[in-house]
Amino acid sequence: MNISRRAAMIGAAGLAAVAASVSVPDAADAAVKSEGNETLPTRREKIKLVMPPFVHPHDQVAKHGPTIKEFTLTVHEKKIVVDDDGTTMNAMTYDGSIPGPLMVVHQDDYIELTLVNPDTNTMEHNIDFHASTGALGGGALTHVMPGEQVVLRFKATRPGVFIYHCAPGGPMIPWHVVSGMQGAVMVLPRDGLKDGNGKSLHYDRVYYVGETEFYIPRDANGKFKTYDSLGDAYTDTEQTMRGLIPSHVVFNGKVGALTGKNAMPAKVGETVLIVHSQANRDTRPHLIGGHGDYVWESGKFSNPPETDLETWFVRGGSAAAALYTFRQPGVYAYLNHNLIEAVLLGATAHFKVEGKWNNGLMAQVKAPGPIPGKTQGAL
Amino acid sequence: MNEAADRIGPPRGWGARMFSSLNRKTAIVASASAVCAMVLSIGAVAGPRQAEIDAPPVVELAPANFEYVLPGEFTRADKPDNAPRLTVKFKKPVVMMKRQVTAAEYQRCVDDHVCASTDGASERRDMPAVLVSWLDATAYAGWLSAKLGVKYRLPTDEEWTFAAGSHAPDEEGFVVDPDNPAKTWLSRYAREANADPTVKEPQPIGYFGANEHGLLDVGGNVWEWTSTCYSRTARDDAGRPTRAVTRNCGVRIAEGGHRAYITDFIRDARGGGCAVGTPPSNLGFRLVRDDIRSWWLF
Repeated sequence: MNISRRAAMIGAAGLAAVAASVSVPDAADAAVKSEGNETLPTRREKIKLVMPPFVHPHDQVAKHGPTIKEFTLTVHEKKIVVDDDGTTMNAMTYDGSIPGPLMVVHQDDYIELTLVNPDTNTMEHNIDFHASTGALGGGALTHVMPGEQVVLRFKATRPGVFIYHCAPGGPMIPWHVVSGMQGAVMVLPRDGLKDGNGKSLHYDRVYYVGETEFYIPRDANGKFKTYDSLGDAYTDTEQTMRGLIPSHVVFNGKVGALTGKNAMPAKVGETVLIVHSQANRDTRPHLIGGHGDYVWESGKFSNPPETDLETWFVRGGSAAAALYTFRQPGVYAYLNHNLIEAVLLGATAHFKVEGKWNNGLMAQVKAPGPIPGKTQGAL
Repeated sequence: MNEAADRIGPPRGWGARMFSSLNRKTAIVASASAVCAMVLSIGAVAGPRQAEIDAPPVVELAPANFEYVLPGEFTRADKPDNAPRLTVKFKKPVVMMKRQVTAAEYQRCVDDHVCASTDGASERRDMPAVLVSWLDATAYAGWLSAKLGVKYRLPTDEEWTFAAGSHAPDEEGFVVDPDNPAKTWLSRYAREANADPTVKEPQPIGYFGANEHGLLDVGGNVWEWTSTCYSRTARDDAGRPTRAVTRNCGVRIAEGGHRAYITDFIRDARGGGCAVGTPPSNLGFRLVRDDIRSWWLF
């Protein structure tokens, strides 16, 4: 395994015209040498990631020139509870959350990621950034065994929201992804978001909703099984995955992760950007009682956003961004509008929106009551 | 209305489950004429098999006044309104099971081919029966009554709330602003979210402790079915409930962390709740025992 990895790294370096040597000392050096005529920015910024649905502080319009943004992701393998029945899954995660944290940069910035695989883990991991160019999205340059770390740098050439996920090779790829190793990067245009006419768009809040589906094996009686280790879980899980019918479809790693006390707050008049990712399977977010004012359905900001959408389609392996200004207070459900997946399998989140009710938009003209002319009290 | 509903309970697998396919109103009306048949049936089976089932431990609550926020929804002048709060007094003691019906107890009813088999039934004597619908619970009450020759039934919401005492949910004073319906939704949502049990899986009997009356696990993570139907009542200008009441007995009240209105055939409310609320973690039940003389003299 180690030999084939090294071969892959050498192969990647060899493709670069200016590669001075085949004895590449590490991946970071290889990246520097492959810059060609481009000069790396001298400005650097270290960014502390936060757990979804929240997003680390960032400027919507870049205040500086291109910057090398430094991030660290640590892989945690751990058993998690995925529903209220206490069903467990042997999860693999970036930074302990499903999805991994959202990383925000601007176009022409560089993402410099340190990927840490602590020696308490048991599996080899890596990372494939859909926002990056070459080397299997960085996957070929980032394989780390337990007890190793690696540094990858890539230029964010295209604006949009993009998936990242683990792709260690062969059947490990879908298994690592549906076990939790997926997240997203948001590459903002340097001058911020714009509508189809070039008018600037701004958001007051941003939430990152990562949808994932799980394939937890059941025993002969239909009860979910538990396993002592990732290795023990693999064979049954792979068999369940082949059926393509998920046991759970959830937002942010667990049924109810974004409801109740964890419902997402907002206010009437506030504009909210919702980033929605799904690394493996198609989905269709919908905000009950609201809309997508501006939606980058395929997630790429160089295309004009669609407007006034009721439901938007997120292709498996992509992320979408939807901008909405709340116009009425209340509790909103934000869900995968396959309602079976939303209600029975878990893909539901809630927004709690405070503010003044607008009777002009909607009113209950007359509260429910007996139908006139019908005799009451028949029971 | 609850009295009539209580008597749906089928003694021998007859009845309640069959009603589920019928129009709700038809079922309720039919139950009144079914009562006589049920009495005879119970008399027939109560004798020889009686010893097989132990009577569940009960707590007797002496009649007392208590403050009660009426269940259901209310309107005033064609606008949503808060529920009235009344002082309620029972004429007779409430004799209620000290604990919830256990998984093993419910399993006995399944074994007798009266209760429907659900994943919530098992041989566990220390665990509450869960994943039971109102129809399942009512069938069990009918079965137990037949076995023991004593009338057991689901409590009314009033009885449950009285017995729950300090463990009853806070149903008082949701914000009602005629100019902003969202205030009610948000305040109810917040209260339900705060009352949401941190432990969702069913726990052994007694895990959630006893209330001041000695009743175990009241307001824990198993909501308990009551016989009270959903209702919507118009209040008059003075706030008094009027006779303009819409009642839907296809929806019954389950009590626990909050007052929940659940369709009677639902066993797992998490899949049957509304889009924006906090559903009950589990559905189970406990029964009240009616005075035996009043039952036989009926």
